[in-house]
Order: sequence, then C-alpha cells, then structure tokens
Amino acid sequence: MMKVFGVFARAGAPKMPYWAQVTVIPLLNIFVALALAGCVVLLLGENPFKAMAVMLQGAFVYPGGLGFTLYYTTNLIFTGLCVAMAFHAMQFNIGGEGQAIIGGLGVALFLLFVGDSLPLIICLPLAVLAAAAAGGAWAFIPGYLYAKRGSHIVITTIMFNFIAAAVLQYLLVNVLIAPGQMSPQSVKFAERTHLPQIHELLALVGIETESTPLNISLFLALAAAVGFWFLIWRTSWGYALRTVGQSERAAVYAGIDPARMTVQAMAISGALAGMVGVNALMGDAHRILLGFATGYGFAGIGVALMGRNHPLGIVLAAALFGILTQGGSELNFEFRNITRDLVIVIQGLIILMVGALSLMLDPPVARLIALVSRRKEET
Amino acid sequence: MNQPAAASPPRDAAPAIELKGICKAFGPVQANQDVSLSVEAGSIHGIVGENGAGKSTLMSILYGFYEADSGSIEVKGKPAAIEDSADAIGLGIGMVHQHFMLVPVFSVLENVMLGVEGGALLAPGKRRARKEIARIGEDYGLKLDPDELIENLPVGVRQRVEIVKALYRGAEILILDEPTGVLTPQEADALFDILRTLKERGETVILITHKLREIMAVTDRVSVMRGGKLVATRETAATNPAELAELMVGRKVLLQVDKQPREPAEVRLAAEGLTVVDGQGVERVKDVSFSVRAGEIVGVAGVSGNGQDFLLEALAGIRAPARGTISILDLQISPERPADPAEVRRHGAGHVPEDRHAMGLVMNYTAEHSLMLGYHRHPRFRRSWLLDAGAIRRHAARVLPEYDVRPAEPRLRSADFSGGNQQKIVLAREMDEHPQVLLVGQPTRGVDIGAIEAIHRRILALRLAGCAILLVSFELDEIMSLADRIIVMNAGEIVGTVAAEGADDHELGLMMAGIRPGEQKAA
Amino acid sequence: MSAAEFWLLFVLLLDATLRVSTPLMLAAMAGLFSERSGVVDISLEGKMLGAAFAAGATAYATGSPWLGLAVAIAVSCFMGGLHAFATVTHRGDQMISGLAANMLAAGLTVTLGIAWFQQGGDTPPLPAEARFSPLNFPELAFLADIPLLGPYLAPVYTELLSGHNLLVYVALAAVPLTAWVLMRTRFGMRLRAVGEAPSAADTAGISVAAMRYQAQLIAGLLCGVAGCYLAIAHSANFVPHMTAGKGFIALAAMIFGKWRPKQAMYACLLFGFFEALAARLQGVEIAYIGQLPSNLITALPYILTVILLAGFIGKATAPAAIGTPYVKGR
Repeated sequence: MMKVFGVFARAGAPKMPYWAQVTVIPLLNIFVALALAGCVVLLLGENPFKAMAVMLQGAFVYPGGLGFTLYYTTNLIFTGLCVAMAFHAMQFNIGGEGQAIIGGLGVALFLLFVGDSLPLIICLPLAVLAAAAAGGAWAFIPGYLYAKRGSHIVITTIMFNFIAAAVLQYLLVNVLIAPGQMSPQSVKFAERTHLPQIHELLALVGIETESTPLNISLFLALAAAVGFWFLIWRTSWGYALRTVGQSERAAVYAGIDPARMTVQAMAISGALAGMVGVNALMGDAHRILLGFATGYGFAGIGVALMGRNHPLGIVLAAALFGILTQGGSELNFEFRNITRDLVIVIQGLIILMVGALSLMLDPPVARLIALVSRRKEET
Repeated sequence: MNQPAAASPPRDAAPAIELKGICKAFGPVQANQDVSLSVEAGSIHGIVGENGAGKSTLMSILYGFYEADSGSIEVKGKPAAIEDSADAIGLGIGMVHQHFMLVPVFSVLENVMLGVEGGALLAPGKRRARKEIARIGEDYGLKLDPDELIENLPVGVRQRVEIVKALYRGAEILILDEPTGVLTPQEADALFDILRTLKERGETVILITHKLREIMAVTDRVSVMRGGKLVATRETAATNPAELAELMVGRKVLLQVDKQPREPAEVRLAAEGLTVVDGQGVERVKDVSFSVRAGEIVGVAGVSGNGQDFLLEALAGIRAPARGTISILDLQISPERPADPAEVRRHGAGHVPEDRHAMGLVMNYTAEHSLMLGYHRHPRFRRSWLLDAGAIRRHAARVLPEYDVRPAEPRLRSADFSGGNQQKIVLAREMDEHPQVLLVGQPTRGVDIGAIEAIHRRILALRLAGCAILLVSFELDEIMSLADRIIVMNAGEIVGTVAAEGADDHELGLMMAGIRPGEQKAA
Repeated sequence: MSAAEFWLLFVLLLDATLRVSTPLMLAAMAGLFSERSGVVDISLEGKMLGAAFAAGATAYATGSPWLGLAVAIAVSCFMGGLHAFATVTHRGDQMISGLAANMLAAGLTVTLGIAWFQQGGDTPPLPAEARFSPLNFPELAFLADIPLLGPYLAPVYTELLSGHNLLVYVALAAVPLTAWVLMRTRFGMRLRAVGEAPSAADTAGISVAAMRYQAQLIAGLLCGVAGCYLAIAHSANFVPHMTAGKGFIALAAMIFGKWRPKQAMYACLLFGFFEALAARLQGVEIAYIGQLPSNLITALPYILTVILLAGFIGKATAPAAIGTPYVKGR
C-alpha cells in the first residue's frame, strides 16, 4: 500500500505529454549544457558565440569537415546502440570503450594473421564478425559473471576497460609492433581489405571531395540502428528483453530467464561496441594502434541517454556528438585559449543534464505545458 | 475536566490525539477526506477499513511521513505541527510499521537506539540503552537479546523490537499498522496481551487493521474508514462484527456466491512429497502432497508467509522443487527434471500470480502488451520471427470488453488502470487460453467489492467448465465460499484438509496456527 | 647481492608502495563514506583530478601548499555536493552522475590549464616551498649499530617510516579515523543505517538526504587531500589526466576490502605494491622469464577485483541500499 502511494507521491507534477518528453526536454537539456559550456568559454576570455560558430563551421563547412563529423558519428552510433541495448535490460554497460578496444583487436588480429589468405568476399564479412565476436565476448564475460556469480556489471565493465587497455598496450608494445617502428602500432593491413572510403566512392562517379576517414561503415551503423529497432520492438526476443528490464519478476513469471537475456543483451551490446574497430581500423587507420577507441564508450552513454535508447534518437544524438567532436577539433586552430578538451566538458555537461539531472527540469516543464494547454482549452 | 471518567486507569481530560478535518490527496486520488478523529488517552483505539480506505495514509500523516493538505492535529490537547518523524517522536508518538523499519545488519541494541543515541559517541549511549532495554523487557514482558542481529530473528520477535524501539523513545501513543498480517493467530494473541499490558501502564494504542476479530478482541473503541472518509466511531462493547463489516463496505456484505454443484473428474494437478527451499536453503514448503481434480476448486488457507507463495511458484514452474514431484496434466516436474513457467503454460496451466504489480503485469506496458506476458512466443501473436502488431491489437480489443476491463483501451498503460481492472487484465490473459489447470493467488487483494464479485463469478464459471483450480488466499471467507476442499498450511506443512461444506472457521483458525484437528480436542 | 642489500631493495620497494598507495587510501576512504551512505561513487577519479589541478594552480599562484590544499578540498567538496545534488535531491542515477563528474573534471582541468598556463595543460613546476616536502624524523644513528639487526632496522626507519611528506601520514591516519567514525560514533551509525535501510533511518527521525550530503562532503574532503598529494606533494606540478585511473583502483580496493576501512587499506597497499613493483621491474631482465610485462602487472588490481566480485575470493556484500535514490514512503 505504501508502495502504491510512493508512486503517487512521485507523480506530484502533471504528467508530461510524450511529444514533450522526446523534444522539449532533450533540447532544453542541451541548451542548458551549452549555456554552461558558454560560461566556461567566457571564463577563458573568449566569445562563446564565436566559439560556437567555429565549431559549426568546422563540423560542416570547412573542407572535409562533414566527412570527419560523419566518421565520428559512425563510431558514436555504434557505442550509443551498445549502451542502449544494455539499458533495455536495465543494465548499465559502462565498458563500451574496452569492448571497442577488444573488438578492434579482433578485427586486427583477423586481418593480420588470417584474413589475407581468404578471398575478399569471405574475408570482409568475417572481419566484421571478428570485431563483433571479440567485442561481444568482452561484454559477455561481465554479463556472465553478473548472471552466474552476482558481480555488479558496472564495476566489472569499468575494470574491463582498464584490463582491455592494458592488454592492447601489452600486445602493441611486445607483440604486434611493426618492425622498426618507434610508436606502438602494427603493420598495415593488406591494401585490399581496407574498407572503401566515401571520398573514393564519390571519386568513382566523378565527384572530387576532400579525403576523409568516412567509410562505408556509416551504412553498417545505420543498418545496425534499423536492426536494433526491429530486434527490440518487433520481435518476441525484444519483448522478452524489455520485460526483463521493466520487471525481473514479471519476466520470471512469464517464463523468461532474466540471466540468459541479460547475458545475451550484454553480448550484443559488446558486439555493437566492437564495430568501432571496423570503422576506426578497417575503415581509417588500416592498422591497429593505441587510443583508437578513446572516449567513445563514455560518449556513447551520453548518446544513448539523449536518444532515449531509441535508434532514431541515438542516430540524431550521435550526429550531435559527432558535430561537437569535429567542431571541437577546430577550436585548437582558431583560439589560443580553447582546445578540443572543451568538447569533453560539453559532453560531460550534457550527460549531467540529460542523465543525472534528468528529473530536475521535468516537473517545472510539465507544469508549464499543463498550464499552457489548459489556457488553450479555455480560449 | 467535566467528562465522566468511566474507564479505570485515571486519564487526562484531553484526548491523546485529536485530528480535525484532515485532507490528503495523491494526484487525483483523495486518500483522506475531512477526517476527524479523537483518541482517548490510555485506551486501545482500533481503526478498521478495507485496503485503500485511507487508514495508513492517516497514520502516516500523524507520524510525519506525509503532510496533510489541510486540517489540524492536536496531541494531548496542544496543537502540533508534525513535519517529520522526528517531530512525532518528540511528541511521544511511536509507530510500528507494517513493513518493519529495522536495519537488518544492526543488532537489536543498535536498532533500538538509532536516532536517539544520546551523544556523539556511541559507547555511553549503548551502555544506557542496554540497561533501558532490560528495564522495558521487565516492565512490559518484552524480553529481547540486545546483541542479536535483526536478520537472524523471526518476524514475531522483530515486531517486539519495533515496540521496544518506540517505548525506548518514550512513546506514550503507539500506532500499530496491520501488526498481525505476518503473525499466526497465536502470535497475534501474544501481541494482544502485550497491548493490554501497555494499556495498563497508561499507554495509548492505535491499532490499524482490516481484521474484525482483532478489533473485537482487544480494542476499547473503533473507528471505521471507507473510501478516505471516517464513517463511524463506536464503543467496541456496543457494536458487533456484522455492523462493522457493513460500515466498512457501505452495504450488507453478501459473501454468499452462487456455486453450482459439480462432480470432480480426473486428477489434473498433483504434488507428491513436495519440498521447496528458498535462496538461503530454508525449507518453505515441507513434504506436501495433494491433488486437484477437474471441475474442483481446492483452497489453500493460511496466514501470509506460511509457504503458500513458494508452493504456488513451485507449481507454476518458477521454483524448482527440492524434493518430491509435481504433475500438471501430462507434465512431470521433479528436482531432476525442473520445468520453466513457459513449459507449464504450454501444457495448459494458467497462473494468476499473488503479486500482480510485480509479476502479473508490466506496469509500463500498454494493456495489449501486458496481455501477452508469458504468451509472447504464442503463434497467435507472431508472424514468422516478428511480432504481429495487428494481431496483438485485435486480441486486446476482443478480450478487454469480454472481461469487463474498464476502460477497454488496448493502448492505455497497465499502471493507469485501477487495481480491480488490472486484476481483470491478468485474469483475462490467463483464462482466455482456456486453461485446464489454473493456479490463482490472492485474486481479490486490493480489489473493490464490485470487481470481487465479477472475479469470483469468473473463477466459478471456469470450475463449471471443468478446470482444476488451486486457489491461494489469505481471506478465509473467500476460500470458504469458493472452494470445494480446503488445504490449511502452516509453516510450510499441510496441517489438514477439510471439505468446504460444513467447515468451521474456528477450527480452521486453529489449524492455521498449526494445531491439527486431532490435537484440538486434546488441547 | 648480500642479504642486507636485498633487504634494502625490498624496503625501498615498500617505501615506493607507501607513496603510491597514499592517494589510493584517501580515495578509498572517501568512497567508503559515500558508499556506506548508499551512494555509489565512481567519481573518486574526477574529484581527485579536479583537486589535483586546483592544488597545482593555487600553489603556483600563491606559493603556499596550504592554500593549495584548501582550494583542492573546496573544489573536490563542490564536486561531491554536485553529486549529492544530482543523486539525492534530484534522485538522478548515481553512475551517470559520477561519470559526468569524471568527464567534467577531465575536460575542465585541461581546458583551464591550457588557457591559464599555456603549457599544454600542465601547471608550472613548483619550487620546494610551495610543495609539501618530506618530513625527516630525527636521525637515530644507534639503530644501525645494533648488532645483527642493525642493517635491517635502520633502512626501515630512515626509508620507510621517515622522510615522507605530511599527507602520507594523513592518509595513514585517515584509515583508523574512518573506522572509528563509522563504528564508534553516532554519525557513523546513522550513516550506515542510511546506507542499509534508509526508510528505517527516516522513521527513526534521521534525515537521509542530510546524511548523504554530509557523506559526499567528507568524500570530497578526502579526495581533495588525495588530489593535492598527487599534484603538489608526490609531484611538483599538475599534469593532465594525472590520476590515470587511481580513483577506479581506489574504488576497486574499497570493494576488495568489502567496504571496511582496514581491509580496504590492505587492498590499497597491495595494489600500490603491484604498481611499485611494475615500475621497479620495467625493463628488468629476470632469469628464465625475461622481461615481466609491466602493463599486465598494472592491470592486476582490476583483474583481482573482477575475480573478487565474482565471488571467487569470499563474498563482498555491498550496503543494501546502494545505488537507489531514497523515495519517502517506499
């Protein structure tokens, strides 16, 4: 009985209409985050509007800017979907970065040691699968430990980030390092296994554009988003997964095994993060090196939060974060006092507003909307 | 001062508690509506009402858990502003909550002194509290081992800790919220003895319950609440259960249901030596054997927490048996060959769970999606490997009106239906599959009277159609009016099985306390 | 190598362990206060980083290590207050709030550092008087003269016990102090009650929100000291991302210590030992094994914590109410 009233007590403010939940609130949160970031810029003695203009130009207008923006977006769609998949099972996968690293290792090891001996038509899909399998395995372990041993997924995945980074560093420094290289990176993958980049494709049809790392992985990411939607909302597997996330007891009652669903969701989640390896290594660097996944795991959490765990929202939020990332890198060139690290601040602020303080703006906005709609009805 | 002092221990002229015009709303729900109540000092005052009548809300306001929207409170004749529990404690009000408010990993001593430690360092306070607990134990007959951890204590003792906790804080007014829900009738009697002792020592006791037996047994006066309003206050000696029941529901209670005779046929559900253990390895169901035949309702009676929930979960495939076997139609379940709920369902057994909020429905799902819970792999909802949204919608549109769910709106969130309609959604889902066996837990808990009748009719119709039904309920009346046979459970064991016809509720009560029919005569 | 020489090497390794473990111990105690009150704190890392930058910048600007310490604590407490504001007042997700704090600290320290000091995010190196310098205990020459034991005892005194800066001793004192506060004081008992059964504490007249805020402020205080140690005691300036996962190692140590102060301290010392060992063995050829993979040694704390959490080394039970915002009436 107390429980029931608890629910009522929380619903003190009027209920927020759905359209407002998915439009007004995220936009308002971004606005507040950007305004706070603007204050930081002011503190540094620069003009926040000018900084904003530079970022937008950098993301869209400058030669190659758009390509880079979309390249970053691709990575962020993958990690955003990764986080959202786990969220649907009510799990917080904070280990996207580690899974991306291991996914990258998967694709790199495959291409370096196996792939070159296979026909291209088999090699390319298998390389993508290798990334997914490796990333998936790295998330499967925390999922399995949670299901079977009761380990906390958040803590385990954090630890797995560090372990993955250590493994990558160890392998690069001691095993994979290219002969004669000073910096830890592997030899190049065979030329034919490089994923076609968009500027190359455009050149084929006679459109000359700036060379950017944007490659066909973008389409893979969009396909993953569509697949995600079908899987979650249009299959009985998705129904089972969402039931586990909503109410574990109801799931058990319905004959759904929460442990198994969680492990499966974590594996898929990790596989999605592993695809960062495809985009970043197979599509751009063409070798494995340190730091190719840095920051994407955490940014993916912001993307999933902003996108409300819906693939459409995730694609849009990934684009926003992509704009920030590419635009932010232009800051270094235009300002003496502002660097791309400001982007981390903005991302942090967005995650703070959309994630941790998500309940702060809800009640007043809901009240405002209720007030406005009542006025409308009266007139 | 000019009030006649009728009852023996001399009391103050001012009432212990005086509530005037209390109103409290939660969103659209008016939980308390203009409630005025006066509780005489040194008396035991009962407050009865059905679930959801507003009793707990009223007491939570008195204890500072919620703030009233309007109205005033006087304690011992003085206006009181109670904004949080600390205020209430300061005014000498103590509360024993329905769900105990104890820290499981703390000792009895630490729990008792929590919040009134008496200094920044614990050691001196602990010495004092140890002495005081011993004194309270002597005075009120509430013996406790101060160093035992709460998590190691049985519920009856935990409740004693709660009472000692309140007394330690100098409570002169003690509120008990549904204190016997987790107790056997015998434990409850022991509690009543404690309450009488408290009264003798001049304490004021407010007893919230929905059980009339307790009101009649222990209170001096009783107030009845219904639908958020206080509808009557009576001297207990001058009223009777029938009048109180009528006041509680607002009309004559007709728990007589129209039950047509039906000859039971073949056995469809049977348990043989069934033992079920919980996560800690404690045996919750012990060596239980019974059978249910087609066209028969077998009721499981017992005080909450005597293994009924574990029994139901084992039969439904949620928990594997530790020993023994279960057969449901042609499905055999044993420790070596456990089943999962989906399998049980596939074999034709429906399950209406005890807890519809956490199990029976997914509160955030629309009605149409809650209606496929457990059947999401059913071919009727699927088109190859995709879900068939059209079929799901059509199913809901047909079933909701058929089972009189209001509003019959497939896209409404499950949480937005009232309790009775939520329960009807669960029943609709489980009954629409025409189960040959139905496991039902607490079908009418928290459901309004009108819906109760409808639900009972549905269950009886299913019996008539030849379904084998196992009904678990804490409401003895419900079991006596619906069941053909009654199994009484206590501490995980079957105490006895009696035919519903001619069953005697006194006898059943003793059985619920674990006293077997043979032993009753000896006792 | 003689036994005494080997012993000296070992003592030096322990000495390094102590230096490395100092911020871990402080942060682990911070995490303990936070988590025992029922609030998960993955932002130990961010608090330390923010504090380290504040200490480095302030000590450079004022020349006073004490002002550096004060500002470090203030910044870290502000972050703790923000965490409480998000998770207690607005019932936000504790993980996400912590994550956001970490990102803010990582981004802001570098951004401000570059803008203010133009050294790629570093704060300028500090002169000795702007830092916490080693406290050398009075020389005990007679130790070395003790027959037989002398060569063993003397380095323990001169290398291991003496010669650390003040904050190392503060960290060592913080552990028994934390244990005492938690177990022997009213405040500690209420804190534990709030973390285990908030509704029980609430009905006993204890404000859950106030306790959790106070816990965050204490966590801020301790992380502030830890960050200050990193920037102006252990090193001579702030370097971007200088916490390098220490907050998470401290978190791991706290879990490894099963949310108990003394055990957490042992875990910190163990993890610190790994780090000191990895640094010591970097590039060292060992017979039959070759070079030890120092990268993998640094990952040992994380691996051990995963194994512990999986219940293979005893059972680590978190405070019961951890991770869930408290809603009245539940």
